[in-house]
Amino acid sequence: MRDVCIIGIGQTPLGELWDRSLRHLAFDALQAAANDAGLAEAGIDRPDALFVGNMLSARTIDQAQLGALIADFCGWRGIEAATVEAACASGGAAFQAGVRAVASGMVDVAAVCGVEKMTDVGKDEITSALATAADADYEVVHGVTFVALNALVMQRYMYEYDIPHEAFANFAVNAHQNAVNNPNAMFRRAIKAETYNKAAMIAPPVNLFDSSPVCDGAAAAILCPLEMARDLSNVIPVRVLASTTGTDSLNLDDRHDMLSLNAARISVQKAYDIAGVGPEDIDLFELHDAFTIMATLSLEASGFAERGHGTDLARSGEIAIGGRVPICTMGGLKARGHPVGATGVYGIVDAVTQLRGEAGENQVQGAGIAMAQNIGGTGSTVVTHILGV
Amino acid sequence: MSVSQNWRLERQRYRLQGEECPHCGAKIFPPRDACPECAKPAQEPYTFVGKGEIYSYTTVIDGPLGFEYQSPYVVALVKLDEGPIITTQLTDLEGEPEIGMRVEMVTRKLRTDGDEGVIVYGYKFRPLLLPEA
Repeated sequence: MRDVCIIGIGQTPLGELWDRSLRHLAFDALQAAANDAGLAEAGIDRPDALFVGNMLSARTIDQAQLGALIADFCGWRGIEAATVEAACASGGAAFQAGVRAVASGMVDVAAVCGVEKMTDVGKDEITSALATAADADYEVVHGVTFVALNALVMQRYMYEYDIPHEAFANFAVNAHQNAVNNPNAMFRRAIKAETYNKAAMIAPPVNLFDSSPVCDGAAAAILCPLEMARDLSNVIPVRVLASTTGTDSLNLDDRHDMLSLNAARISVQKAYDIAGVGPEDIDLFELHDAFTIMATLSLEASGFAERGHGTDLARSGEIAIGGRVPICTMGGLKARGHPVGATGVYGIVDAVTQLRGEAGENQVQGAGIAMAQNIGGTGSTVVTHILGV
Repeated sequence: MSVSQNWRLERQRYRLQGEECPHCGAKIFPPRDACPECAKPAQEPYTFVGKGEIYSYTTVIDGPLGFEYQSPYVVALVKLDEGPIITTQLTDLEGEPEIGMRVEMVTRKLRTDGDEGVIVYGYKFRPLLLPEA
């Protein structure tokens, strides 16, 4: 297996982008990543393969087969290309496919693009589309939404560990604070804990600020083997130290211990073993804060807090830039935005930005090792990447 | 959901029919043919009694397509007496549900697909009608 590097990153702004189609968003992100990598200067006119992360396009814009569509739209007609789908973990899974392709030696230059177009359809339709990540026969038919599934987990968590709702406030406060300095973020305004505490419930105990927003966006990365990266000038190669996936039951109700986030435990433990690091070595953690409860469970499953103590890290400010484990350093899913199939690649892009020392006001000083985690469903698929410079 | 997709689930929706693993004795719902506990083949039908307690719950304020007319409604995870936890709506509630409350299965209308589509029936759970012995 070859060592794999990220040599280029790109992203579009996140938000309600009605003037941009899915193919344009993907094009913008991929062109930015290819330019960032300096592919043209190096005499490389196209990647060898394109891996697209997407969950909903067949439903929201009646479009499947994004691999061929986007490759052609980028002027790369002929290359190997296909979509990878794992609900909200599609971006992470597509990135992993790219890493595997380059590591194996079958592909030299791989492009990965996470892209999602969510705002072309109305609220009812997007709610139903997102619910396809859950079990159609045994969950969705009873009227549960994705918000409701997270509410069921959060309710149980608060009951078992006797945690008040206010304990989760700082996850939202931290994400919004970090998004202020991210020009691409959807919500670039700070909020106070009071704003969180007063927000309307959408499925109790989940309120509006426990939940990440529906939006459009695309993010991309260019991968190549380490030896090739050394020949490319003007690039700070970021190494992929580990790329792992864990799975759990699709249904939330099928887990003996739904507060454990076992798929994250599996993928993180494997990632730590492969990279030869532990939680104490991670300088920043781009986790999957689709809901504050998922951020909490992710911190616990990834070894940063004991069970039942994930919110302590938020309350004490340890998740802030400058804290013990900075998370969501460019705004996370909550404030940067959560275009579902693209999110995993945005997490990689943000981690790379930090490792290159290009995060501006939000720079985590001395960042050398970053972890990015992408969660599909209620923790059914969890993809973890550890990156380093 | 198509007619056939719903029809295949009739025994689960109307009777809570799952499986019992002949190897480790686990009671399984929903049925899945490989035991989630021991991974061996498990295709012996087992009909659940239909009683259990609330493990967690929430209220869906804005329901998705097919549930608009029901909103708001309470969905819950119910831990059946035989072990498995299932996702279901709570019905016939008087006041707030709470974790640990005893509930029992009833058959109700789950959802509709517009004027022309299928009307899906299946289990919901309600607080026990009669006190337990």
